[in-house]
Amino acid sequence: MGKKYSSKADENLIQAAEYVEKPESQLKEMWETLRQNKAAVVGLFIIGFLVLIALSVWVSGLMGKQILPYDPNHSDMTKSFIWPNAEHWFGTDQLGRDIFSRILDGTKISLFVGVAAVAISLSTGVLLGALAGYRGGRTDAIIMRVMDMMLAIPSILLAIAFMAVLGKGIDKAVIAIGLVSIPEYARIVRASILSVKENDYVQAAKVIGSSDSRIIMKHILPNIVSLIVVRATLGISTAVLDTAALGFLGLGVQPPFAEWGDMLGRARGFIFNAPYTLIFPGIAITTTVLAFNLLGDGLRDALDPKSRIK
Amino acid sequence: MNEVLMEIQNLSKHFILDTSLFGKPISVLKAVDKVSFRIDKGEAFGLVGESGCGKTTLGKILVNLHSPTHGKLFFEGKELTALDDKQRRSYCKDIQMIFQDPYASLNPRMTVGDIIAEPMIINQLLPANKVEERVIYLLNCVGLAQHQRNRYPHEFSGGQRQRVGIARALAVEPKLIVCDEAVSALDVSIQAQVLNLLVDLKEEFGLTYLFIAHGLNVVKHISDRVGVMYLGKMVEITSKRELYGNPLHPYTQALLSAIPIINPEKKKERIILKGDVPSPINPPAGCRFCSRCFKELDQCKLQEPVLKEVSPNHWVACHLFE
Amino acid sequence: MLLEVKNLSTEFKLKRGTVRAVDDISFTIDKGEILAIVGESGSGKSVTSLSIMGLLQKPGRIAGGEILFNSQDLNKMSQKELQQIRGNKISMIFQEPMTSLNPVWRIKDQIMESLMTHMKVSKQEALARTIEMLNTVGIPSPAERANDYPHQMSGGMRQRVMTAMALSCGPDLLIADEPTTALDVTIQAQILELLYRMREKFGMAVLLITHDLGVVSEAADRVIVMYCGKIVEEADVKSLFASPMHPYTVGLLQSIPQIDDDSDKRLYMIKGMVPNPLRMPHGCPFSDRCDRCLERCTQEMPELQEIDGHKVRCFLYDEVKEGASAK
Repeated sequence: MGKKYSSKADENLIQAAEYVEKPESQLKEMWETLRQNKAAVVGLFIIGFLVLIALSVWVSGLMGKQILPYDPNHSDMTKSFIWPNAEHWFGTDQLGRDIFSRILDGTKISLFVGVAAVAISLSTGVLLGALAGYRGGRTDAIIMRVMDMMLAIPSILLAIAFMAVLGKGIDKAVIAIGLVSIPEYARIVRASILSVKENDYVQAAKVIGSSDSRIIMKHILPNIVSLIVVRATLGISTAVLDTAALGFLGLGVQPPFAEWGDMLGRARGFIFNAPYTLIFPGIAITTTVLAFNLLGDGLRDALDPKSRIK
Repeated sequence: MNEVLMEIQNLSKHFILDTSLFGKPISVLKAVDKVSFRIDKGEAFGLVGESGCGKTTLGKILVNLHSPTHGKLFFEGKELTALDDKQRRSYCKDIQMIFQDPYASLNPRMTVGDIIAEPMIINQLLPANKVEERVIYLLNCVGLAQHQRNRYPHEFSGGQRQRVGIARALAVEPKLIVCDEAVSALDVSIQAQVLNLLVDLKEEFGLTYLFIAHGLNVVKHISDRVGVMYLGKMVEITSKRELYGNPLHPYTQALLSAIPIINPEKKKERIILKGDVPSPINPPAGCRFCSRCFKELDQCKLQEPVLKEVSPNHWVACHLFE
Repeated sequence: MLLEVKNLSTEFKLKRGTVRAVDDISFTIDKGEILAIVGESGSGKSVTSLSIMGLLQKPGRIAGGEILFNSQDLNKMSQKELQQIRGNKISMIFQEPMTSLNPVWRIKDQIMESLMTHMKVSKQEALARTIEMLNTVGIPSPAERANDYPHQMSGGMRQRVMTAMALSCGPDLLIADEPTTALDVTIQAQILELLYRMREKFGMAVLLITHDLGVVSEAADRVIVMYCGKIVEEADVKSLFASPMHPYTVGLLQSIPQIDDDSDKRLYMIKGMVPNPLRMPHGCPFSDRCDRCLERCTQEMPELQEIDGHKVRCFLYDEVKEGASAK
């Protein structure tokens, strides 16, 4: 098969060149598009900022140093309900703990839960959705019916139900929230696979002899990864809210640890006398959720090859 | 004497659309119904028919994208239909496909070089260091510049993408290539380029083609023999000259007559078929073409005609020739 | 003269630059005439039809010229005024009948909507006319089929429904954008037959946009060939096919596999590709692909000139004209 290319062919199209171009970086392009979306950039900054706080608090905690202005868990009843002032920027709560420090401390929990819960939903959901979408038939029917059953129950109720089985505590909350969101990912992945499966390039992959798993990994998933990434980013914000909700209900973090939802829940009664006990945790939650949503929207546009700015 | 490369015997593909409560099939789409023919080594067999005739489904059966409901398939004498999944898959090195839509048949997230390399990697045909060499070689074979190896499909035009598809099909050194409407989606002037390329490659590499198309003019240029399908059945098979010079089946005649001639001086007598193509779901008894046929006999509604050799190498399925 | 297009230019403002999809074209259509615009992807033929109908979407816009329909400039009309004309005096049928018909409306409702919008008719009258129209376009059992949804019909039927919808108000001009490309050959024959009958019956003019020279040869009276947004040749259909002048037209005709061509010789190919609209060659847009390119062709843009009723935009014919006028 070492024949030279036939001279009868159109030589105009063959250009002898010594170099081979480098592949254009798809990541670079996505970044360009994202950069142009101001809202998304704002979201990214906020998240970056939050991550920085969370990491600093966590690492310094590990090293035994305290970088927070006050110990978030130290209560001093003589200092309860102080309005925000120069010493306590966000004031103190009912147990005399510095709210500012607690908010900062709570950052790491919220982010951790958000990311961990999404990691659980994502990995399981993608796997189930891929199986259902690609195999079809009975596998599909069984998996999707289970997903439907889970979706039929409001997510908070479902999370509470899981917690009832698993017990209280932040780690159990992560699992519960993670489990609750599995159906959404499964559905997205399944729907994407169904639509992508019939594409000619998937058929072509079969024709050249690809195995099923290779087709899913190399041909289908890369083309739906954008959808998953967007959903996951938005999912983090949902997880943060869910954590706060569970915390509000007293099911998440256990006292005395700081968690924004828990802080909100405990401050319920003080809305009139000490509104700052509610406002700051509320703002913290809202800002985080907003940041992830903005980033998620921006990513959706950036990753969709059709709307990319070239 | 020509060697037979592929033998298709009584091949059928039925899709069950609806079943009753007890699982009994209610509506069955007979996409391909008892089709038999052979493809000789080194020939280009043109398979023509309109939408719904089953030609694409037949092509897909040959490359193992569908498995037949009934019938047998022989490749170089070996019965493919008797093999298990794994063994059947090993034949992908011998039978390949070029797809119709240049925009959908290439993975948008892979570079064209990777797309062409993939079949070689999957089938472990070459040691890793030789793969890249062959990718460049194939790119040149189809008339693409080697420095574009790392570009993505969306950076190419339709015609160029189709060339990438051709290179991919050639990567495994197949013996038979099924061209599923390989030029239909291209602009007219690009069609000429790609058709010429296909003809060149066939000569150069000793390929055999099953060239599926809905246009009789395109098929004529590239084929040696032509088969005409209608609603899942093969209605006429013969050499190119015979088919275009002496079409026997009324449907073939209508197809030929429907093609506009690029010469306004020649006014031609058009055969306009009445009605629409009937649905391939639960087809009627008797000849499937009889509802639109202009030479209908009484027999046609009752009995299905069988493909018979009515003159040397000219096969027709029509009661007019019994 | 029914339609007169004068120096029409349409451009698309993209981030990378401005693309002139249609560049200073002029043509006329008379009552009852079938004019075909032929060209490949990127020639600007579809954009022309959309411009005439006022259906251009951002970032496209008409950059200049007049579109005189019955001596009124469509370009200067408001959307409201255009809506009076669209579907009524000028109708359009598109290439993909499935996406042009609303999938959740019954066929009869779609046609009746058009009728009731433009003509003062009652619902019963509209229904009666709808069924009559469906019958005219050759749909069997029209009264029953009128109740169908688009997905229940085949491609050929849907195209005929689209045609019925377009013809329901008896337009003076029908713009048919690749009406047969997505259809089987035998159905294509039926649709073309239908267009002829409509012309006979209603005296309707047709602007037929296509890349299929076979369809042009069968159906058109006059032909315009477009390349990269410019008209490169214009003639009556017999002259165009008997003696094509522009090298692009010549190349196109030669590269089509013909049914009555018995020889096995290689298909003629026009070398190269349609240029990137943002990076058009200097001078004549066809210069980089032309077999007979002169030095001049890469520097200047040739003008459209008329020789015995046959218009062509090519420097090769300058001598002919000069020769003729010198005598």
